[in-house]
This record gives sequence, structure tokens and C-alpha cells, in this order.
Amino acid sequence: MAAIELRNIVKVFSDKRRGRDLLTLDNINLDIEANDFVCLLGPSGCGKSTLLNIIAGFEPATSGRTLVDGKQVERPGSDRGVVFQQPTLMPWLTAIDNVAFHLKLKGVAKAERHDRAMEFIDLVGLRGFEHHHPSELSGGMNQRVGIARALLMNPSVILMDEPFAALDAQTKLEMQEELVAIWQKRRCTIVFVTHSVDEALVLGNRIVVMTKRPGRIREAVDFDLPRPRDITSPEFNDAKRRILALIREESTRLARAS
Amino acid sequence: MTSAIEVSPAKPAFRLTRALQGLERVVVPALLIAGWEAFARSGVLPPALLPAPSAVLHALGDWVFGLDETTQTYSGHWLRDALASALRVFAGFALASLLGILAGVAIGWSRLFEKTLEPTLQMLRPIPPVSWIPLAIIWFGIADKPAIFLVFLGAFFPVLMNAIHGVKTVDHNLVRAGAMMGASQRQMLTDIVLPAALPSIFAGLRIAVGSAWMLTVTAEMVAVKSGLGYVLWDSYYFLRYDIVLAAMISIGLLGYLSDLSLKAIMARALRWQTTTTVQGRAG
Repeated sequence: MAAIELRNIVKVFSDKRRGRDLLTLDNINLDIEANDFVCLLGPSGCGKSTLLNIIAGFEPATSGRTLVDGKQVERPGSDRGVVFQQPTLMPWLTAIDNVAFHLKLKGVAKAERHDRAMEFIDLVGLRGFEHHHPSELSGGMNQRVGIARALLMNPSVILMDEPFAALDAQTKLEMQEELVAIWQKRRCTIVFVTHSVDEALVLGNRIVVMTKRPGRIREAVDFDLPRPRDITSPEFNDAKRRILALIREESTRLARAS
Repeated sequence: MTSAIEVSPAKPAFRLTRALQGLERVVVPALLIAGWEAFARSGVLPPALLPAPSAVLHALGDWVFGLDETTQTYSGHWLRDALASALRVFAGFALASLLGILAGVAIGWSRLFEKTLEPTLQMLRPIPPVSWIPLAIIWFGIADKPAIFLVFLGAFFPVLMNAIHGVKTVDHNLVRAGAMMGASQRQMLTDIVLPAALPSIFAGLRIAVGSAWMLTVTAEMVAVKSGLGYVLWDSYYFLRYDIVLAAMISIGLLGYLSDLSLKAIMARALRWQTTTTVQGRAG
């Protein structure tokens, strides 16, 4: 059984003001195996974030079935950790309290909450900053808190919606390396949304290329280049050429169609 | 943790500039008071109509400490009068805060309350609290109750409006994050929406405490026989403008102090908002 099964997912947004419907996701079928690192790659507006929100349970699909660990997704839940594009931390809580928020909701005592959260603070390299508020931390550090918060729930899948898009290039590289290290250490299933071919190739062992509106799956490419990946190696560039060709083919098809 | 920026001890020259900057603030009030004193002593207006600042200070001193009974029956009774007003402000303000926050959060959180409760409250809002005085007197008689009722009316709506606004403008993504971590509806309200709305709620409380002082004085002028407002109005009948001014100063001072204490509570509760950034210090 796959960790995530998407069956005939269709999403239509109805634009009430203009009185028309917008087909955003058109018949998505995808199986994601446990412990896979899957990147959903596509241009802005292709519906990849919408697809992630459907798996997270934030939005219902218009039709189709979404199964996580064999269970139908109906609402958000702590079996699916989400890392948002913006850190989306509670600004009134310190880093450690943000990481441990799930435990607080479950009624775990404070000392134990902090003990368990410290493990994840260490994992994302934030020891020494655990008592800082989000306003005192940089964007990259806050995003680490967001990742630690998702990991602490020990979810079966982690959904990431362009979490590094707002970071500078150098921080982004660091965070990508660390995320891969965490994934290797903890063996979890990650679905990572990105519009960057490079990012998808650095991170994923499976890259799902999506087409522009309406969103369809163009192709799912397995990519097993050993890690750490050298982004200047011929193998990396071959893969990049292949993915770019898929995207280009798609845009010429669209251009011809219009 | 040690601070990254070391603050060097102030040099003498620096201290002098600081002292001068402090002086800048008092120049205008000092000139105004000096001008007022000179004008009052010049005899253009009879001293009974425009008492000099020194006379006002004299009246205030006697009212507070009972120096030479220039304020007659009020001499030495300032504390009693101030306390009477402060208690009314406190009672009305506390009631308004409690109900305003409850109703505001309910309206901001639930569509049912928004539909049923909000139109009525918004219709009552434009009615000036002062226009309730006749009814307040009929209902509550001449005592503390009508004054507290008026203070409540004046303080309730700022608290209500800001609480509604605070709850409605909570970052949608924080609610999503809460749902992702498994928050129940009740936890969503107490652990996410309420703390997120707190800055807005405090803004409302600060406006409300100002209105509360305005209304307690109004109420004391007509409906109560004690408090700073009553002294003010009573002294006007006896043409004691020095006491009128002393009462005005007292109200201003107490209002300012209430706001300062509220600000101190707010600074503690919202410490997360005002902390300095260490952005870029992490290597």
C-alpha cells in the first residue's frame, strides 16, 4: 500500500463574481510510496499547492479520493505535518513552545514538552535560540522551527509548500542540504512543492512534473543520483536537461494550442 | 545570553545633550504657564474669573493635604473624591472590558453571533452615552450605579469593536497551522485566536479607559454627589474656578496614570511583539 494515494482528483474553483468555473486540477492520479522524497514541480498557478492543500485536508477536492496510509483524508490532522511557505509560527510563543505546540494541544506537561521539543530543536540546529520569539529570529531560522514543529508530531507524511522560496540563495542551499540529511536520518515520506528544477533535482528521488492550467501530471521521473548530489556533475545536468525538455515541450504545446 | 552590543557609559558631553533634550520638552509648557501667570496677575480679568497657576496649585495643595482650608469643605478630601471617581471608572471599565471582549470574540468567531447580536449592538453604538443620563437616573437613582452604567456604555463599544476586528483579522494560516497540529475548535479559540487578537484587544482597552474617565465626570456632574466631577461642577456654582481647574488637572493626571498602568500591563502581555531583533546574528 502506498503512503499517499491520489485517485482521479479534480478541483474546480468557482469564481462567483465572474460567474464561471476554473478547472485547476484535472484528473490527478498518483501513488507516493513510504519514505519517498517526492517533488511536485510545476510553474506558478499549475495547482501544485492546491494539490498539497488537498492532501493536507485544508481544501476538499471537487471529486476524487485522497488516501493517506489507506485512510480517506477529510480534514487536517497531525498525521500530516505541513511546512508552510511562510514559517506561520505563533508569534507570541518562543521557538521551543512553537515546536512543542502539538504536545500542548494534547495536554502534555510543560517539562516533558520541552524535553521532547529539545530533540528537534537540536535536529534543526537551533540550540541556544530555543527561548527566542519568531520576531527575534531570521527567516531561515523560523523556517527551521517550522520544520522541527512538523517533525515532532512524527507524522507519516510531511507536506512542504515551497518552504525555502522566501530565503536567500545561500540559506536555501544550506536548508536543502539539512533537509536531505534529516530525511535520511529519520526516514519519512516528504512531498515537496517547488517551481525550481534545481531544487527538485537536489532534493527528490522522484520528481512529478505538472502541466500548467489545468494542472495535470505530465510525467513522474525517478531520480536516484547518489547523495550528496553534485549539481555540476554530468548526471545532474542530464537529468536537468530531461526535465527542462518536458517543461519546454509542454509550453510549446500550449503556445500552439492558443 | 549576553548582549551583542555593548553600551558604553555616558560621557559628560553626552549627558549634557541628554539634559538639553529633556529641557526641550518642558519649554512650551513652562512658557505657557509663565504667560498665564503673568496675564492673570496683570489684572485684565478679575482673579475670580481667571485664577493664576499659583492659585490653582494652592487650591490643589489644600484639597489634597488640607493646608489652610482655602477649598473649604473639600479641604483635605482629595483622596476621597479621587477614589470615588476611580472606583466608578474601574467598575464600569471592568464590566465593559469583560462583556466587550466576550461579545466581540463571539461576534468575530461565530457567524451565528455575528448575525444575531451585531446589528443590535451596532445600532446602539451611535447613541451618545450622555443621552442615556435621564434613563440611567430613572433606572438606577442618584448614586454610583448610573455613573457606572454610563462609564460602561462609553467603554464597551471601543472594546467590542477592537475585539471583533482582532478576531476577524487573525492570520488564516495560523488557524491552518493549528488545525494541522490537531487543535479542537475550543483550543483554536483559546490557544490561537485569542492570543493573536490580543494586540487589537489592548488597543480597544486603551481607548476605552479614556472614554471611561470622560464619562464618569459627566455622570458625576448630574447624577452623583461625590467624586472629582461633582467637585468640579459644585465649585463652578460657587465661582471657585481655581478648584475647577484643580479638578481638571486631577482628572487629567488620573486618566494619564490609568493609561500608563494599562500600557505597562500591555507591555508585559505583548512582550513578544516589542522584542528587539537579532536577525543576521546567527552564523
